Amino acid sequence: MDRFTRVPIAEQDPKVRATNFNEVCLGYTEEEAMAEAKRCLNCKHHPCVGNCPVNIHIPRFIKHIAEGEFEEAAHVLAEYSALPAVCGRVCPQEEQCEKVCVLGKKGDPVSIGKLERFAADWAREHGVEVGKTKEKNGYKVAVIGSGPAGITCAGDLAKEGYDVTIFEALHEPGGVLVYGIPEFRLPKDIVRHEIENLKKLGVKIETNVIIGRTVTIDDLMDKEGFHAVFIGSGAGLPKFMGIPGENLNGVYSANEFLTRNNLMKAYREDYDTPIKVGEKVAVVGGGNVAMDAARTALRLGAEVWVVYRRTEEELPARVEEVHHAKEEGIKFEFLTSPVEILGNEDGWVKGIRCQRMKLGEPDSSGRRRPIPIEGSEFEFDVDTVIMALGTSPNPLIPSTTYGLEINDRGCIITDENGQTSREGVFAGGDAVTGAATVILAMGAGKQAAIGIDKYIKEKYNK
Amino acid sequence: MYKIVEKKELAPDIYSMDVLAPRVAESAKPGQFVIVIADESGERVPLTICDYDTEKGTVNIVIQAMGCSTKKMVSYNEGEYFKDFVGPLGKPSAYVNEDLEEVKKRKYLFVAGGVGAAPVFPQVRWFHERGIDVDVIVGAKTKELIILEDKIRDVAGNLYIATDDGSYGFNGMVTGLIEDLVVNQGKKYDYCIAIGPMIMMKFVALLTEKLGIKTIVSLNPIMVDGTGMCGACRVTVGNETKFACVDGPEFDGHLVDFDEALKRQAQYKEEEIKKLKKVEEECKLEQQGGVK
Repeated sequence: MDRFTRVPIAEQDPKVRATNFNEVCLGYTEEEAMAEAKRCLNCKHHPCVGNCPVNIHIPRFIKHIAEGEFEEAAHVLAEYSALPAVCGRVCPQEEQCEKVCVLGKKGDPVSIGKLERFAADWAREHGVEVGKTKEKNGYKVAVIGSGPAGITCAGDLAKEGYDVTIFEALHEPGGVLVYGIPEFRLPKDIVRHEIENLKKLGVKIETNVIIGRTVTIDDLMDKEGFHAVFIGSGAGLPKFMGIPGENLNGVYSANEFLTRNNLMKAYREDYDTPIKVGEKVAVVGGGNVAMDAARTALRLGAEVWVVYRRTEEELPARVEEVHHAKEEGIKFEFLTSPVEILGNEDGWVKGIRCQRMKLGEPDSSGRRRPIPIEGSEFEFDVDTVIMALGTSPNPLIPSTTYGLEINDRGCIITDENGQTSREGVFAGGDAVTGAATVILAMGAGKQAAIGIDKYIKEKYNK
Repeated sequence: MYKIVEKKELAPDIYSMDVLAPRVAESAKPGQFVIVIADESGERVPLTICDYDTEKGTVNIVIQAMGCSTKKMVSYNEGEYFKDFVGPLGKPSAYVNEDLEEVKKRKYLFVAGGVGAAPVFPQVRWFHERGIDVDVIVGAKTKELIILEDKIRDVAGNLYIATDDGSYGFNGMVTGLIEDLVVNQGKKYDYCIAIGPMIMMKFVALLTEKLGIKTIVSLNPIMVDGTGMCGACRVTVGNETKFACVDGPEFDGHLVDFDEALKRQAQYKEEEIKKLKKVEEECKLEQQGGVK
């Protein structure tokens, strides 16, 4: 194999995996990982590092893998990231580190994501302990939400010696990693392992606490003695299109559909929560969540179409996910947008009326704006419609916290250190940016941990 | 884990449970609800809060064993634990945050159907504690399904009972009794708060609209997380889509699209029937096996 070609990675056969929820990608063996790692040029200016939102020193960990020093590779990753096994699986590497890999100019970039995953998995499977904490300093920090932002912020602060408690609204920690991303893309055992690591650092986790209802941020600071608070509550509110028929039976938000399946394990016979998937499902949207919902519906036995208003080129989902979806038999209707969901007399979905679109001038997102084509309306028969149109932050915390400012999209306003308009309250991740990626949320959690450390040290003259 | 510190049978298949959940007890207000998960494989089941005791740190819920999950839940005994108990969810009743003097000027009628008597009780007591007498109608299919009668009588102005079969109190539906009170007995009400089965609330709202009484209903649609995340609890109120979990659960009864809400409530009926048989077996096993 030449230096410009990737070592291929084993995957479950598409026909087989379309009927199960086991992970699609099987990961590198030790030999494969070493061979792939040896492709890295270890170039001096290493552009990959600068293009990683948490600036992992990528050539350093890859060099350890190349030399068979897997434990050392895991230690390098742990210096920068609390969730390497997660990021190795769900980061959009093709848009970040791998995009600028020098090898990519002439051939395939190094499989940085797959190597990250390999090192993290190896460490987990071999019981490598990666976290070290400083002595407890006696200052209490509350972290709201146990998704990627919260986990990272909590982990970093615990390592610095803070007494950290995470408050999670759902009954299981992990946030979107648990309720949103399906098992076949991110096995839940991996998330659980990361949560256990956090607990080993001394982080306490209180589930079933809804900040703004069960207890407020004001209470946490005034009555429970927390010196600072980090809000990493994500972007959990689903969007709908506002078209007729959206409240028919058989129309779900992707959040509902995925939460039933992932968090509540509705796909398993031995769990009580029901899930309904018809014979023909339309998933509206083109992001990673749309792919997750489509591939979940397929695994539950349905024939699935993804309906997207732009072309394949503009799909916001990762190329790898689109590729996997196609391999599994998901069909795509591009340049198509629903205008009405049609129901039968009992209030159930029986079809969807769509119109064809063409692309016009670029809009504020830089992508070409879809324009409806007059007279192009058509109907097709489906019995389930899943809306995967994006999410926005939950207004509960801003509406119950004195002096916490938000912008017109409902996102919490912060400065570059994650500091909000309220003293001692920091925020980061989707709650600040609107729905984005796991790694960006981690980056924000990391930044806020630094900000909180600085704030507390200054305020209490530590 | 959340300990069941007291369990009482109120009527056949209807149980009252006090659950140790200090954080919830501390924050609970009339009109709000909780979500309970019995065990590892359990559903998230929304239940209206019936009472709360901040000193003991307990929250009281009333469960009618109807589906798989409620059957599982009522099989738990004192001293056993629910896996999860989260709340309080939803907005408190509107009057809680209104000017008390304004509230005192109004005459309220509460209408409770079946286990709806349970969430009505703390609301009536809230008024009683502030020196306001409210009238209460408690209706059920038959006498033995009337619950919390004495507790409600202690805090209500007038308590009226209605049974569908006439075995106790007024012979007929709660709507018949409302009509009797207002039309025949000349009682005047500014507000009606109706809590019970969706179909009852629909017909109460239709009647009170005719009678010109403002009406609040408490919806309990299908939901998963209860925090605004899933949107399963979508309900049309005055031509707008609302999420019952965060915008409600209480809404203007004259604006709710009940026909849509009734259809949406039946969404998982087939799955429920399929699973019921299986879970009934499991429930039996759990009862024999004790704490999960």
